[in-house]
Amino acid sequence: MELPNFSLALPEIFIALSGMALLILGVFRKQEATQGIAILAVITMVLAALLVPAASGNRAETFGGMFVVDGFAVFSKLLVLVASSLCLVMSVNWLVKEKLERFEYPVLVLFATLGMLLMISANNLIALYLGLELQSLSLYVLAAYQRDSGRATEAGLKYFVLGSLASGMLLYGSSLIYGFAGTTGFDALAKALEHGAPVGVIVGLVFVLAGLAFKISAVPFHMWTPDVYEGAPTPVTAFFAVAPKIAAFSLLVRVMVGPFGAVTAQWQQVVVFVSVASMLVGSFGAIAQSNIKRLMAYSSIGHVGYGLIGLAVGDQVGIRGLLIYLAIYLFMNVGTFAIILAMRQKGRLLEGIDDLAGLSKTHPMMAVAMAIFMFSMAGVPPMAGFWGKFYVFMAAVDKGFITLAILGVLTSVVSAYYYLRIIKVMYFDEPKEALDRGVSGSLTFIMGVNALLIVVFTFIPSPLVSSAGAAAASLFGG
Amino acid sequence: MIQALVFYVFAAITVASGVMVISARNPVHAVLFLILAFFNSAGLFLLAGAEFLAMVLVVVYVGAVAVLFLFVVMMLDINFVKLREGFLQYLPIGALIGLILLVELALVYGSWSFAPEAPLSVATRVPDLAVVTNTDALGRLLFTDYFYLFQVAGLVLLVAMIGTILLTLRSRPGVKKQNIARQNARTKETSVELRKVPTRGGI
Repeated sequence: MELPNFSLALPEIFIALSGMALLILGVFRKQEATQGIAILAVITMVLAALLVPAASGNRAETFGGMFVVDGFAVFSKLLVLVASSLCLVMSVNWLVKEKLERFEYPVLVLFATLGMLLMISANNLIALYLGLELQSLSLYVLAAYQRDSGRATEAGLKYFVLGSLASGMLLYGSSLIYGFAGTTGFDALAKALEHGAPVGVIVGLVFVLAGLAFKISAVPFHMWTPDVYEGAPTPVTAFFAVAPKIAAFSLLVRVMVGPFGAVTAQWQQVVVFVSVASMLVGSFGAIAQSNIKRLMAYSSIGHVGYGLIGLAVGDQVGIRGLLIYLAIYLFMNVGTFAIILAMRQKGRLLEGIDDLAGLSKTHPMMAVAMAIFMFSMAGVPPMAGFWGKFYVFMAAVDKGFITLAILGVLTSVVSAYYYLRIIKVMYFDEPKEALDRGVSGSLTFIMGVNALLIVVFTFIPSPLVSSAGAAAASLFGG
Repeated sequence: MIQALVFYVFAAITVASGVMVISARNPVHAVLFLILAFFNSAGLFLLAGAEFLAMVLVVVYVGAVAVLFLFVVMMLDINFVKLREGFLQYLPIGALIGLILLVELALVYGSWSFAPEAPLSVATRVPDLAVVTNTDALGRLLFTDYFYLFQVAGLVLLVAMIGTILLTLRSRPGVKKQNIARQNARTKETSVELRKVPTRGGI
């Protein structure tokens, strides 16, 4: 019996061990150590991000083919680690100000991130499920972290119940697929499905698709999103909106393109439907919202719809578009949530869109950053968000999905209404009561860096485009 | 013949007690039926030759999970009548969805087929059961082929534990707790005071 190649999973092993070490540290040092542990957790993620490319190179498998590393995995893992560490940096300030310092918070974020990395590298249905559960369980607890708040508890419970249902569907689908092929490994599944799939496998595939669609909150499995985003503590919402989505998207891509690549025609129609429905709900649902966290929930549903166009196309260009979209989405969203976290009045956190009124006069720099994010999210050329949509739509038009691309353009025009309304409120409405001055350094830093990255990408898109292209190519064995 | 008979007895009791779990009016009875269902499924496992799974089912599910349920049901004051209120109202639509799903699954079952590679890939995993015992065979698979999954499952349990503590543990001020170190450190000097009591004086 030879040992598996552990070096491929080095970032994951490092995060798992550090998470346990930080847990022990927290137990002994009690709640005063929360800030220190959060900083150590951020350092852990940065170090893990440095370890990720070291394990790359060509496609390689370990642990009996259950764990795979390729260019696609490296790209997605880097995105997830960046998203998680930025969100954790944002949370530290919130934990201190709300007097909710508990050392479990950074530890849970670390384990959730670990679950996401395992999802991205999953090459087996069981590995997929366990990674997903590790991530989801940590997220359920984080949603209910503010346990004295009724809304947060409700959010956590709602997320847990619906999430368990989705996991159940995923497992049921997997059992049907296993029943057909007699194996759970993706490579063996791909081989078994080469001669086409019988009805039983198609039903299983649809169940798996439904379970994963829940995790990226695609319509019609989106009902939990607005409630959970609104109820959960804001830094947790920021985390929910980026990191798990990127991980679940990569997982969805790997499952659909890998084992089910031979039956593309079967899942393509489902993905097209889900994509169109998500774009419609995301753009029309957000119009009537007055709470900015709810608005961001609908906005994220819409963005999932655009990303799914890339998957629906199903070829290398489409996946490249999806990866570019996810990367830009990450920075836009983290930046916006940093601003939402800075919306305080007399120390109290605000969530209304109207509370931004007159921001251009009281906090001009913050208003500029918010304007950049909103223009980018609306997809106004030449902002980064426009390029994200451009690459996805281009892939769709190339493959003949013209209706899908036209629907995407139309819904993004509709969604521009509510993004631009925020800019209008900031620049043209009279301030009622100014927001607190003295925004904390970490939030300012995140706003600045993300706004800068969006601007940089607007003018120099080639590094991201070429690395996303390489990542997508590695998935198709190119 | 005997084996088939035993199988049908176990299976029938399992299904019947499963129905009773969701239809029993008294929640304590429901949990007791659940325990019955677990015992009978353990019997089914024994018939299938999986003695380790049978024992684990009894030890873990009956010994821990079901007893925990019983505690929760008895200790929490849940108004079950109120919980059941919407039951009849949602029954028609629930039954309809269940029926549709049943028909679909029947169709799937009717047209079921296996991949040509399926029997082969299942067979390669299992060690020769004539040589090793059931538990041994499970252990060999779990700690070699499925080592990775075993570790990740452990992490999932760790997160569940952290979550439970985070969401339920509260430090209440003013609760009297036993401090053994302080009790042991008590000496005669710190706890006993000798006073001279004058006659008819009192203290």
